[in-house]
Amino acid sequence: MRLSAAAASRDPAALPRLALAALALVLLWPAIRLTEFDPATLLDPANARPMARFLGQFLPPEASLEFLALVGRATLETLAIATLGTALAFAIAFPLSLVTTTSLSLSALGPARDEPLRRALRYPARLVLIVLRAIPELVWALLFVRAVGLGATAGVLALAITYGGMLGKVYAEIYESASNRPARALMEAGAGRLQAFLYGVLPAALQEMVSYTIYRWECAVRASVIMGFVGAGGLGQQLELSFRMLNGAEACTILATFLLLVLLADALSAFFRRLLA
Amino acid sequence: MKGLGVAVVVALASVIWASAAYLKFDLLALFSAEARTGMLQYAAGFFPPDVSAEYLRRIGAGALETLAISGMSTLLAAIFGMLVALPAAGRFGAAARAAARFILNALRSIPELVFAALMVLAAGLGPFAGTLALALHTTGVLGRLFAEALENTPRESAEALVHAGAPRIAAFFYGTLPNVLPQCVAYALYRWEINIRMAAVLGFVGAGGLGQMLYVALSLFHEAQAASVILGMLALVLVVDEASAQLRRRLASAQG
Repeated sequence: MRLSAAAASRDPAALPRLALAALALVLLWPAIRLTEFDPATLLDPANARPMARFLGQFLPPEASLEFLALVGRATLETLAIATLGTALAFAIAFPLSLVTTTSLSLSALGPARDEPLRRALRYPARLVLIVLRAIPELVWALLFVRAVGLGATAGVLALAITYGGMLGKVYAEIYESASNRPARALMEAGAGRLQAFLYGVLPAALQEMVSYTIYRWECAVRASVIMGFVGAGGLGQQLELSFRMLNGAEACTILATFLLLVLLADALSAFFRRLLA
Repeated sequence: MKGLGVAVVVALASVIWASAAYLKFDLLALFSAEARTGMLQYAAGFFPPDVSAEYLRRIGAGALETLAISGMSTLLAAIFGMLVALPAAGRFGAAARAAARFILNALRSIPELVFAALMVLAAGLGPFAGTLALALHTTGVLGRLFAEALENTPRESAEALVHAGAPRIAAFFYGTLPNVLPQCVAYALYRWEINIRMAAVLGFVGAGGLGQMLYVALSLFHEAQAASVILGMLALVLVVDEASAQLRRRLASAQG
């Protein structure tokens, strides 16, 4: 007791801090066991020797013309997967966003015909969007690789589905964040819902929609490289191959290309979005 | 203006068309009668999901492993992130600052999955590899955020302690850390949430958790089991989403 009082006079925060640290250690113990946390395995010669050889090969990177041409083709494939995937995602998202948004709701104006039916349609569409984006693109990619085979098609489909769900949700939110007065005025004057959208909502929402879609394309470039690891084509698949064959020089070249590609996509997307603003 | 709009649409359409041509992507072939029945047969295999008590228990264990991987890796990343953030915030001179920033940028720009594939080589299959991989990437992210927090915090309180004769380390712990700690903890919790999601899929390259179960189930053509693992992943993510939303709301109301 005297000891803790002395400690407390020196540092009033010491006791609670010690208690917190002790509690953290107690909670940590099961986590350490569950993750089989053991840094010694890194130094085990059976692991360390091939790893050191692999990393040692990183310099110099593989730069033969033949390999660079292969990497160039894989890079183009990655860009094409991202572009086509985003385009298909748009094709999924845009109609669904029109169905799910409340800013084009006729019943908000007053009693409308078939109101329960319209509402009954909106909820399933929302549910579809949620399911599409709730499953990560990597899981979709893995499923599609089994369904349609190794290669770019699986990556395009996986991107289209996940990003379709994300874009659809965000588009609907963009329509709703803009003022709904123009669309309402048009619908009250007797315009159809599509007309009200084109002339009342789209002009205010277009810039933000385009900007967000470009940003998603940038994410899609990164995602399509990562999906390559489960066999969905592009740079990622080449990188996975070079990892599996423990070819450090090739892995280094591909990693450098990946970093450059991400920087490029970043700059391109920033440039287009600045152009819009 | 109208001409520009048309030009943009035409350019976009041709880029998309070129992408499809380069990939030999054929949407019509995907929806041909033959492909459709194949796809439907494959999809039908996932229903009904395997809900035997035995397998559900294994999914529970996998989810726990995923949580442990994400928690451990975030904790490691917070510790190492802070260690690298100190030089990155310019506390040990310009050369150390540049070197630390370079390390953080490199760690941040390599995706978790690439690190995971690398760590499986270094530490063997299993959750330890996933923990290391997530920790490496997250160190890069948190280190940069921590460095920014350190740079933006007022220096007066620490300087006052130093002028009063406190050693520099004590001045850091009692003058600087209390100022930045709440923000750092908030960043770490936010990354933990992201890492739970990531840990669930890292297993595809053999790094443990639910992802590895899904990969194994699909490789053995046990689609019903794969379906229950996917449902388990969804449940995990939804629970984490809800918990973090609740926590945020409570913190906001406690502060406001």
